[in-house]
Amino acid sequence: MAGESKPMKLMYYPGCTLKNHARNFDVSTVSSMAELDVEVEEMARWNCCGTVHALASDDIMHRVAPVTNLLRVKEANASEFMTSCAMCYNTLKRANIDVRKRASALESINKFMYLDKIKYEGDVDVLHLLEYLRDRIGFDKLAAKVKKPLAGLRVACYYGCLLVRPKEVAFDDAENPTVMENLVVALGGTPVPFAQKTECCGAYHTVGNPEIIADRTDKIMGSAHEEQADLVVVSCPLCAFNLDFRQADAKRLNPEFHHLPVLYFTQLMALAFGCDESALRFDLHHIDPLPVLAARGLMGPA
Amino acid sequence: MAITTSPTTMRNSPLQKRGPFVARVEKIAGQKLLACYQCGKCSAGCPMAAHMDVLPNQIIRLAQLGMQERLMASSAIWTCVSCLTCNSRCPKGIRIAEIIEALRGMAIGLRRRDDHLDIRDISLETRGVLPPIALISAMRKQTS
Repeated sequence: MAGESKPMKLMYYPGCTLKNHARNFDVSTVSSMAELDVEVEEMARWNCCGTVHALASDDIMHRVAPVTNLLRVKEANASEFMTSCAMCYNTLKRANIDVRKRASALESINKFMYLDKIKYEGDVDVLHLLEYLRDRIGFDKLAAKVKKPLAGLRVACYYGCLLVRPKEVAFDDAENPTVMENLVVALGGTPVPFAQKTECCGAYHTVGNPEIIADRTDKIMGSAHEEQADLVVVSCPLCAFNLDFRQADAKRLNPEFHHLPVLYFTQLMALAFGCDESALRFDLHHIDPLPVLAARGLMGPA
Repeated sequence: MAITTSPTTMRNSPLQKRGPFVARVEKIAGQKLLACYQCGKCSAGCPMAAHMDVLPNQIIRLAQLGMQERLMASSAIWTCVSCLTCNSRCPKGIRIAEIIEALRGMAIGLRRRDDHLDIRDISLETRGVLPPIALISAMRKQTS
């Protein structure tokens, strides 16, 4: 591993939504990692991760998109890369596991990518940023970089599906993961118990059946509110959209619904590391996080 | 009533006797349908169960029995979002989400009905608000 003083380089796959609706996730990832002396280097070429993992036992076609990204990492002479998007992580890692096991599928994909000079041989590792923070940086070292501890901030950590299921891709317990809680503690905040932390948000039903998302958002955010959470942190831009943007629908469904802001865990890091406000991009949020952060003395008055 | 003592039960009958439908589901999903003993744990934990016309354990039962028409007509196979809570909790290690995805694929593949999602039904305003991750995953899961 690289020395203590010299910045480490880490190849980074942002994914489509971090360059669109979730630019707050992208800029807070890059800025907070710089504070940890890690130079996040976006891949020169990347394409869609595939978004969802096709479940048919003989599927090959839908592995082409994720495997192409793995090949691009290898082309850049890297053996691993990081993504902070839970959905990209899940799709890329599952495709990687699948082609490592199915030599014939990998051979077909390599034949399809005949214009590329090198072949993918299962020789790239997919890392999620939370896993990298816990296992490579360490929460003790991370805690030493905190300039503005999140004192008194009550945080509900929402994992959803993609960080913990299936077990082949999980880097924490499937039913009661704690990696984000440990991160929050390292940042000086207070994680709250959260019964709904691995319950699905309804995912893409937000397109055709938003009433399902309203129901899920009501249950999940309601559970966080019952634990007196100030906010909910997530690692998936689809969960973030559903739990943040669909709160208006949840309120229509349940007049007792209490609005809570939804942040990416990287925004909490950027806040605690004293990054510039441009790294937070709170303007992209539906429910404004400023009032609760101001109430805890973590931001100027809204 | 005459008691028939057939040596062949559903459990030991060859796949072809349970029909090509069952064999096809098992092949696409890579799962053994008869491994399910109907404990119901999948339905108990399913976050979408409240929105389903047929529960996950019932989907498996209908599939075991080869009830293709009933399954293809159900809305539940489209309600499942592959969150994998069922897979992770099944005591028999059955991947229920894979079975449901096989049924979705067959519904589209058999051209028994059109794609489940028509982007033209989504207003321009809504399309502008939705992040790409939502649109792509919905199209990937619900259209051919």
